[in-house]
Amino acid sequence: MKYLSKTFVLLMLLSFGQAMAQSAEEKGLAVAKEADARDTGFGDTSTKLTMTLTNQHGQTSSRYMSNRTLEVEGDGDKSLIVFDSPRDVKGTATLTYTHKSGTDDQWLFLPALQRVKRISSNNKSGPFMGSEFAYEDLSSQEVEKYTYKYLGEESVNGVNSIKIERYPVDPKSGYTKQIVWYNADNYRQEQAEFYDRKDALLKTLTYGKYKLYLDKYWRAGEMLMVNHQTGKKTLLEFEDYQFATGLADGDFTQNSLKRAR
Amino acid sequence: MTNKFFIREAERTSGGTIDFSAWVVRSVMAISLFFLTTLSWAQPDYKEFSGNIKLDYRYFPNDGLDPRQENSFFSIAFEPEYVLEWNEGKQSLVFKGFGRLDQHDSERTHFDIRELYWQTVADKWELSIGVKKIYWGVTESVHLVDVINQTDIVESFDGEAKLGQPMVHFSYPANWGTLDLFLLPYHRKRIFPGSKGRLGPTIPINDKNPVYESDAENTRPDLAARWSHSVGIFDFGVSHFYGNGREPFLFPGQDATGFTVFYPLMNQTGLDVQITWNAFLWKFEAIRRTTDFQDFNAAAAGLEYTISNVANSGLDIGLLGEYLYDSRDEAAFSSLDNDIFIGSRLAFNDTQSTEILLGGIFDVERSTKFMSIEASRRFGDSWKFNVEARIFEDVDPAEFAYFIRRDSFLQFSIAKYF
Repeated sequence: MKYLSKTFVLLMLLSFGQAMAQSAEEKGLAVAKEADARDTGFGDTSTKLTMTLTNQHGQTSSRYMSNRTLEVEGDGDKSLIVFDSPRDVKGTATLTYTHKSGTDDQWLFLPALQRVKRISSNNKSGPFMGSEFAYEDLSSQEVEKYTYKYLGEESVNGVNSIKIERYPVDPKSGYTKQIVWYNADNYRQEQAEFYDRKDALLKTLTYGKYKLYLDKYWRAGEMLMVNHQTGKKTLLEFEDYQFATGLADGDFTQNSLKRAR
Repeated sequence: MTNKFFIREAERTSGGTIDFSAWVVRSVMAISLFFLTTLSWAQPDYKEFSGNIKLDYRYFPNDGLDPRQENSFFSIAFEPEYVLEWNEGKQSLVFKGFGRLDQHDSERTHFDIRELYWQTVADKWELSIGVKKIYWGVTESVHLVDVINQTDIVESFDGEAKLGQPMVHFSYPANWGTLDLFLLPYHRKRIFPGSKGRLGPTIPINDKNPVYESDAENTRPDLAARWSHSVGIFDFGVSHFYGNGREPFLFPGQDATGFTVFYPLMNQTGLDVQITWNAFLWKFEAIRRTTDFQDFNAAAAGLEYTISNVANSGLDIGLLGEYLYDSRDEAAFSSLDNDIFIGSRLAFNDTQSTEILLGGIFDVERSTKFMSIEASRRFGDSWKFNVEARIFEDVDPAEFAYFIRRDSFLQFSIAKYF
């Protein structure tokens, strides 16, 4: 009896130790999976957004665009972005097929020539439309694109959050790591920090004005990216999202890219 | 072609073609009638007016070959656009106009309907009727397979500006690719610069009264089809066109009236392929064109490589190289028969979208060199400033481009977008 209980305690200790050893990476991954699972099944969304760029002198300029996203089962999402302003790029549009692994497929529509051009999706770290958002910050957040590490729980912006670190799998990423705070109740992202290739803090992204759609899906009404190294910032403001508008594969083709508005 | 045939055709067709504006007015009236009845009950769910006005100044430092040719040109161009969508975007009406007023060149002063069509989108297919612009192809320095629209050569001699083409366009996207079918009921004439203008042959061209091989002349319907598909890293298209040629033959006239313009019936088969692999785009275009008077092949092959976000500055440097071949040799209209194109695109990705394009086309066997530099930048939210220099050096007398050997120019443009 004594012997048994000793073995039992030993086993307990062993498994507990093992759990402790795995916890940082596995728990981090589990958080990312949970966040992903909670956002699965949304089907399709469309929204319009305003992007306000502010430079170090406080001067601002705005861009307007619309975004349509289609959830793809077993692979990354498809998305179509159409620019409305600045007016000289009005009608310019991009079609992206995100993949869980490997490079994304991307096409660009140039309205002046009526030309659809397949472009390289190699540029992850470059700025999107002169903003503080890099292409990789705005692309579909697939679990497989990072490895993870659980850091603990802490309050951020007054919200009880789960703090994890994640490391981009793609060597072309502009970051060594990101620290992400997930809301402990509903797993929506509250804040993220981006560390550059020298491992110095580059940017902080803060999510705000969240709304719940279809009783299940949280979407931020605002995303503010502040670049600590340049003092520039970019605010993304989203109009109300529309869910399940009946978008299908046929709305994410090169033909639909040509007539997207 | 034989002279005998040519003379017979020239006699028969003197000044006989139907005017585009008359053709458009008739078509527009028919289409408008249809829309007035349709739109009276349809509630548009998107309508927008947009466009731009551009002021250009071009300066040619060298005097032209013809003393009538001017050296400095102011011009104003405008491009209004109107889009109407209804039935949740399943139906739309698109209009895009173009006009330019040129200080000296009476031919560069021109107006065109670039697009005016009605489109309906069903679950499995799309249909457009009206005037449209279609772009095919992948290479940057030449546009070989791009055959649907006539080139607006007074607007841009690089072949990228196109005249609106009347058509019925049926598109069928499927999981085996997209099939596009075209019926093109009206041929647009290529109009060359006027006697005071630059970048055109100094011998007059009788471009408004061309000779057609077809009895039906410019109202002979052309047919075209293209199958295009994207599979993994491959994007490709196979196309065929049968009908009135877009590129005319030019023949010395019988008297002092200058060149006679002749449009043969042609068959053109085209292939375009792009392989997108990491930061590399590998591109290939080839055509075979056959007429009763001349058969030829042309091809362009090259690559585009982009170094993105250089030193985290946001700067993208694109490097481009293409080899251009045309079996017509020096008879090629473009003079790009055995040439190499080298170019670079610098995109700063800043708030003002600053961009610089550099390019040069060098003949492999001859001395001919075409070079260009173009820089653009946005000011405020809706102004765009553009500087462009085009240089033609050591143009070989055997080539068609010999006409523009003294037409290197500098251009400044400021555009307001709305």
